[in-house]
Amino acid sequence: MSLLKLECVTASYGSSKALFDVNLVVSEGEVMALMGRNGMGKSTTVKTIFRMISTTGQLTFGGQDITRLASHEVARLGIGLVPEGRRCFSDLSVTENLIAAARGGPWSLARVTTLFPKLGERKNQRADTLSGGEQQMLTIGRALMTNPRLLVLDEATEGLAPIVRQEIWKAIGHLKKETGMTIILIDKSMAELRQVCDKATILERGNTVWTGAMSELTANISQRLIGV
Amino acid sequence: MIRERNLNALVLILLFTVPIWAFFNDQPFTITLATRAVIFALAAVGLNICLGLGGLVSFGHAVFFGIGGYAMGILAHHAQTYTPLMEAPFLIEGTKSMPVIWLVAMITSAFAALFIGMLSLRTAGVYFIMITLAFGQMLYFFSISWTSYGGEDGLSIYVRNEFPGINTLVPVNFFIICFVILCLVVALNAFIKKSPFGLALNSARQVPQRVLTVGLNPTHLKLVAFVISGVITGLAGALFADLNRFVSPTMFSWQTSGEIMIFIILGGVARLCGPIIGAVTFVMLEHFLGGISDFWHIYLGILLLVIVLFAPGGLVGLITGRGISHD
Repeated sequence: MSLLKLECVTASYGSSKALFDVNLVVSEGEVMALMGRNGMGKSTTVKTIFRMISTTGQLTFGGQDITRLASHEVARLGIGLVPEGRRCFSDLSVTENLIAAARGGPWSLARVTTLFPKLGERKNQRADTLSGGEQQMLTIGRALMTNPRLLVLDEATEGLAPIVRQEIWKAIGHLKKETGMTIILIDKSMAELRQVCDKATILERGNTVWTGAMSELTANISQRLIGV
Repeated sequence: MIRERNLNALVLILLFTVPIWAFFNDQPFTITLATRAVIFALAAVGLNICLGLGGLVSFGHAVFFGIGGYAMGILAHHAQTYTPLMEAPFLIEGTKSMPVIWLVAMITSAFAALFIGMLSLRTAGVYFIMITLAFGQMLYFFSISWTSYGGEDGLSIYVRNEFPGINTLVPVNFFIICFVILCLVVALNAFIKKSPFGLALNSARQVPQRVLTVGLNPTHLKLVAFVISGVITGLAGALFADLNRFVSPTMFSWQTSGEIMIFIILGGVARLCGPIIGAVTFVMLEHFLGGISDFWHIYLGILLLVIVLFAPGGLVGLITGRGISHD
């Protein structure tokens, strides 16, 4: 059963159109890669899902039309966002960041710190004094504390050291295997995406140009549409 | 340098011991001064919830201070003149009971804050400041023209209102009532600051868009903070009117809003006991410098200038050596 569905979605920044015809479907328990070259509309699609940009078309989540909802209402329905650029609550400590976002459900402070032991070690440290990797873990942890049905990770491993990236990919793998969480991933690491994702959707110039199982994404297609 | 927690304890202990000392040394005026400082501090602790935690620069908190004052004035006026407040459709009589007056002051302030907040939070920055100021001025001019309750001359209440089991005519007793309320509100403030609501509000103050992604509406968070803040300042207004046994349109004036804000800036924005230190400093300057010169506000202005330029964390930041106001 489809959890999130975007049909004929267009979006624009003022008078400048960024998405022309985006269609994607994510089913319950699926991990989907949203791919495309730079500036093709991946992050804009995320903004569209979170109702942060002027949009037309049909967006449904769990069978419910979310086209007219406000951003916080979309999040409350069960979509957790890990935004691009590690945007944690910089004035708050690690624990406070997690508590501020907490909503009832299986994800608790203890469970998040089990997933990311480093957050437990730095629980009283202010978020803006953490390393980039730790801030990213905190942002993922904060999204999990909202107990989402769908987790959207926008460039979660960008600009991080290889060892930290490994840790984050391990956590994403854990989320998939142990919890069966539905995830949308935007990332540039093709090898890791191939390991974790069930399917992929490729955007080009604000249009969906390819959708299919990850196993069907041949080197030829990816070279032509993504450049890797 | 003193740790902020120790400084807070020291401030509260000093604020309590001075009037107790004055009581045993028969210095009733000192007790009145301390009570004035405590009530001002209470109003400022209220404003600090929306200004410090929520980042809402309300220049109209005199609205709630005045509503609290007039809630006391009107209820006590009808009680002392034995006239009903309203006869139809149902009878409402005046009262001299402090708890009832406080409740009326807080409920009325809550509704006023909800209404003003819902309108003014549609804006931000300088527009928010102007809208809150406009509401303050609206009620100021309304109270001047409200001749049934004294108009420009205000309302005098002959005898201080009653609190069950305590003789409020004894200054130190009234001081203790106000001090206990202040301590409870400071404890509430500390609780709010560390609660999920307070943490989210703090985050909404920094970057509102970030709380949206975790399912929180920054406007709702700020509105709740504005209402809590208004309720506390309203309660302070009722106590202030009871201290002076007098209420006048001055309580609604923009100068009152400005003074409440000055207490916070002097003491330290978003500091738990910043408003208390600010209010005490203000009352002391008002008393000591006011005795020397009618133009004591010049010295207050200079102090404020020095604090803003050289100690952005206020007096608390200066004493504790921690300039940043948020921990």
